[in-house]
Amino acid sequence: MTTDTPRPPPRPRFFGAWGPRELKGLFWQVLVVAIVVGVVGFLWSNTVTNLSARRITTGFAFLGREAGMPIADSLLAYNPRDTYLWAFVVGVGNTLRVAVIGIVLATILGTLIGISRLSANWLLSRLAAVYVETLRDIPLLLQLLFWYVLMQALPAARAAWRPIDGVFLSNRGLILPAIPLGPPQLWVLGTAAVGLAVVYLIRRWLVAQQMRDGKLRPVWPFAVSFILALPVLVSILLRVSWTIEWPQLRGFNFVGGLTLAPEYFALLIALVTYTSAFIAEIVRSGIQSVPRGQWDAANALGLRRSFMLRQIILPQALRVIVPPMTSQYLNLTKNSSLAVAIGYQDVVSIANTTLNQTGQAIEAIALIMAVFLTISLSISFFMNWYNSRIALVER
Amino acid sequence: MTVIADIPDVPRAARRPQIGNPVVRWLRTNLFSSIPNGILSIVLLAVLAKGIFSFVQWGIANAVWLTPANDSSACRAVRGLGACWAIIPEKYRFILFGTYPFDEQWRPALSVVLFIALYFLSTRRAFWRRELIYLWIGALALISVLMWGGVLGLSFVSQDRWGGLPVTLILATFGLAFGFPLGILVALGRRSKLPAIRSLSVLYVELIRGVPLVSLLFVASVMFPLFMPSGFNIDKLLRAQIAIILFAGAYLAEVIRGGLQAVPRGQYEAADALGLSYWRKHRLIVLPQAIRHVIPPLVNTFIAFFKDTSLVLIIGIFDLLTTAKTAIIDPAWQQFSVEVYIFVAAIYFIFCFAMSRYSRSLEATSGR
Repeated sequence: MTTDTPRPPPRPRFFGAWGPRELKGLFWQVLVVAIVVGVVGFLWSNTVTNLSARRITTGFAFLGREAGMPIADSLLAYNPRDTYLWAFVVGVGNTLRVAVIGIVLATILGTLIGISRLSANWLLSRLAAVYVETLRDIPLLLQLLFWYVLMQALPAARAAWRPIDGVFLSNRGLILPAIPLGPPQLWVLGTAAVGLAVVYLIRRWLVAQQMRDGKLRPVWPFAVSFILALPVLVSILLRVSWTIEWPQLRGFNFVGGLTLAPEYFALLIALVTYTSAFIAEIVRSGIQSVPRGQWDAANALGLRRSFMLRQIILPQALRVIVPPMTSQYLNLTKNSSLAVAIGYQDVVSIANTTLNQTGQAIEAIALIMAVFLTISLSISFFMNWYNSRIALVER
Repeated sequence: MTVIADIPDVPRAARRPQIGNPVVRWLRTNLFSSIPNGILSIVLLAVLAKGIFSFVQWGIANAVWLTPANDSSACRAVRGLGACWAIIPEKYRFILFGTYPFDEQWRPALSVVLFIALYFLSTRRAFWRRELIYLWIGALALISVLMWGGVLGLSFVSQDRWGGLPVTLILATFGLAFGFPLGILVALGRRSKLPAIRSLSVLYVELIRGVPLVSLLFVASVMFPLFMPSGFNIDKLLRAQIAIILFAGAYLAEVIRGGLQAVPRGQYEAADALGLSYWRKHRLIVLPQAIRHVIPPLVNTFIAFFKDTSLVLIIGIFDLLTTAKTAIIDPAWQQFSVEVYIFVAAIYFIFCFAMSRYSRSLEATSGR
């Protein structure tokens, strides 16, 4: 090969800084954007024509009208004379009620099962594996319908099952004894919440002190005094009563206590058991991801078991656990929309009724999507914040 | 916390002297290694024995297996005590094939067999070549001919009459066949240097993943007719299929993007140095490696949306779950829905369990 041929001079660029590569990129972008704009514009103009042909006025004015739909079971107070807007808010409340409680219960159950799968007890770990495999491989909607059928097959209120005294399980749902919460009780609970925040700050300060001089300072005296003793003191001083209200059978139904309607109870069971199977796998792989050397090193230092789990193992496992856990929480929230199949009135079900009553399809579906996008984004925002807090800090 | 306390102690158990009866030794290490563990084992055994006993009593001993046609009196006699499996032989044709003309039901049955053969061949490593794409196109075309008919002497069956297992498999398979290329395009778009294409891809993925599938199906069933020019309407099944393709595309795009990120930079640079164009670079160098990386999570995504096709029940499409739910509307059999749900759950379970086993075997061999 000849090496002494001079390199050809660079080709002059015709468009200044715009080389062929940039031009090609620009071409593709313009093409794709034009196609997207064209398709959206086409659909939009069709929609406008169709809506005017069907004499449907667009816009959210219908939200101010009287809804007139019954909502049997709701967290927020509602009556059919309220507006569609309030009905929507009640629906969001119902969605959040099942999603938040579902997330808490699924996390607890999933963690227990995930730990059981790692147990040295062969029987326990096999049972946990069967639980996970079975629930993961059957569609959630089928499980939901199954639980709902079982709820409906329960005996009537008069012949209700009583697994524990005061707890009734019948085709009216699950009825539990409850403590009625009025303003005085809420004040006491508020004190406990403030106490929790104070203890959190104290703990941060104590840890900062420990970083400086290496002395371990116990947090529990503060925790006991602020979270437990202070609220107890307040409730004694203000004479707040904490009587338990026991449910009573009157006629064909129960009076008093806390009622979980069959629809709500079936949806909660289905969501919790289904999601817990996925969480169990996440927890298991998280714990297994901590290298053996970490256990051995902690043992070699003579750390107590609980201290070792809390300070050595969990922080490392959480790093693996948190990101997939976030998507499970998002899945549970989105899956709560299956409520529409059994008639629990969450936001999707209420939007669906609204759609049928008013014909405002676009607005109703846009509201559903807006609600879920907001919930999804807030959960992922919170979990990203938490994840960045526990992430590995490398120099 | 004592439960997980035993994980790192495996070698200690191994160090124990290997004496005595092997059965006793196995019991001692696995069930009775300590007093709390022994108590736990006994409690679990008791609960398990009771559970199995009552299930056997309900599901086998007291069950009714066959009844004369459309006569559920024998089942009603044992209601609450035994299962009524007789509902399955009574209704299985409807559950599996819906309202497809009764005499022609060999066609959907053959389609199901073709689907399963297609899945099976796709899992074989020897078939992971370009010819697999032609195989898929051929098989899907053949299935379309079988289901619709109208040619080769087969009578035409409109898709309003399709139902049951073939519909579930069609929704899942076509969703995969079209969602997968869409996912590849979107994943590439999300990693593109061109800002307009990147932001459109991000918008699409986040929008679809942020909302439940139910709301997309509502869009397909309620809003789609508004989008189309008047007088032009697409069949409901096809609309649901489009929603599922768009849904699958967004989730698959995220999985494939993970694979693209795992391909080392050197591979891109080497392809550039060879002077390959963008598409040839991705087709020949990057994508084959990227997809190989993510096959186990891809299979998990397939499982997830195979199960999610059951959501079309909410907009009234006759998939396997909807036919099951419809079969028990019949007043004579209304009370035996649990048996039908168990039957359908078993079908879903077999498909998903096979896929998850396969995914696990891939993970185990992927290092080789």
